[in-house]
This record gives sequence, C-alpha cells and structure tokens, in this order.
Amino acid sequence: MSQEPELLRRLLRAKDRMDVASHEEWSVERLARVSRISPAHFARSFKDAFGVPPHRYLLTRRLERAKTLLRDTALSITDIAFQTGWKSLGTFGRIFRDVTGESPGQLRVREKAASHELDRVPACFLSAAHRPDLKIAVLEKRRREAKVKNKTTK
Amino acid sequence: MSQGVGVVGLYVRDQDEALKFYVEKLGFRVHTDSRNGDYRWLTVQHPDQPSFQLGLYKPGPPVLDAATAQTLSEIVAKGAMPPLVLEVDDCRVAYKRMHAAGVEFTQEPVSRYGSTDASFRDPSGNGWKMIETRKVPS
Repeated sequence: MSQEPELLRRLLRAKDRMDVASHEEWSVERLARVSRISPAHFARSFKDAFGVPPHRYLLTRRLERAKTLLRDTALSITDIAFQTGWKSLGTFGRIFRDVTGESPGQLRVREKAASHELDRVPACFLSAAHRPDLKIAVLEKRRREAKVKNKTTK
Repeated sequence: MSQGVGVVGLYVRDQDEALKFYVEKLGFRVHTDSRNGDYRWLTVQHPDQPSFQLGLYKPGPPVLDAATAQTLSEIVAKGAMPPLVLEVDDCRVAYKRMHAAGVEFTQEPVSRYGSTDASFRDPSGNGWKMIETRKVPS
C-alpha cells in the first residue's frame, strides 16, 4: 500500500533508533514520539512501511547482534543475553532457538568452526547479512513446528 | 585517469534541499546544475575527488510517470536505497563538524575492526556510512 514519503521518513527515524540501540526498551509510545505520530497509528504504519511489526523488528535486531557477539567475542552467553536487551537468559535462549533453530551455544561452536571470507565487506553490512528473516511471529513459528512434531510422532 | 565511473546518482525528495545538504553540511561542491523545464540535472563533487560526480535527482516527469516517481520517493524515504560509504581521514572530527551543522546521525562514531565509523542520513532518507580510511602501516 502507498504511504506518504514524509510519513515514511519519520517512521524510518524510529527504525534507525532501534537499529542503533536495540538493547534498549522500545515501547510503542516511545517509538511513536520519535516518529511524531500517535501511538494508535504507529504500529500499523510501521508494519505497512517495513513489513514487520515494530516489536518483531526489534527482536530481529537483538538476535542479529547476539549472533555477532557469539561469533566475534568470547563473552559469556549470559553477558550476551543481557547486553542485547533480554531480561532473562531463559527467554533469550528459547526465542533464539525458536527463530534460528539452534541454541546460542550451538551457533557459537558452528560459527567458530567455519571459516569466513567476508573480511572485505564493511562490518556493518556484514552484520545485516546475518539478520534473521522473521516473517512470522515467534509464537506462530513455535505453533507450526509443534504441529510438525505432533504429526511425526503420530 | 580517463576511464571509470563518472557519475552515480541518488534520488532525493527536493533538489534544493539536497543541494544545501551536500554543499553546506557535507562540504561538496556543485559540479553541474542545469535545467530544462521541469528537468534539472544536478551533480555535486567531493572536493578531493574531481573525477567523480554524485547526481542528485528528483524522481518525476518527464523521465518517470507519477506512479513510478511516488514509488521511488517511498523507497528512498524508507531508507531502502543501497548503502553509500563516505571515507574520511578522521571520523570523530568529521562527526563533530557535521553534527554541529545539523546532520542527522543515526550512529555516533564507534571504533571497531581497526577503524572508526558513524552513520548519517540525508534529508531524503539516503543512508551513509562514514568510515575512517584505514591507515596503512608503513
């Protein structure tokens, strides 16, 4: 659907703010203030503009950052969970697994083993290449996977 | 050098606004500003890069129909155009100057991977990464 460029430019500001500080809390009210539109219209306008609801966008950015830290640092998984904005290690681990299909620890082991020839790509763009593609809600993803599991056990 | 890329263009929502931004805030120079009716060919240049011009074009007639122009304007405003990279000698110094001039930074300078980088957008939504040129160890 068509949206006014002037509105989109302001919505982009909210997206930019989440990009640079995805570890922070981003309520709809706070994001709406950044975009200078009413909280009632914000979530819908954001989804129309960027294809995902704002909270799910934030989730993908947090997971992307967590993946980068797992790959590039020796920080503990607990540190990574809290640094990327999660309030509990359990929630982080569960959502990470639901979205990526493996645990943070598994990803770390696998990434450390693989060699990358991506050192000529600027780091910020490289990070985007590892952003999870979250087209459906985490809950929906869980439901679908549970269904598949049930079928195979029957 | 006599061969190579001469002009690469950006879509902007307003050419006067873009001109002001790239010249007054970023320190580029106008290379060509030529009009024919509704059409305006506008390019700017980095002062250190005389062989390259950055075009600042407004999507619209007579080149594009209104619906296509609207779609392009939306894409630019969503920040969905390809990334641009500006190389600078000193990222923090450039940030300080540009920030004071009112440039909308989306990321403050961060030192990592052996360099320092920051991000900003032009008024239309085009996103720039500003990267400090890596110093080659002598």
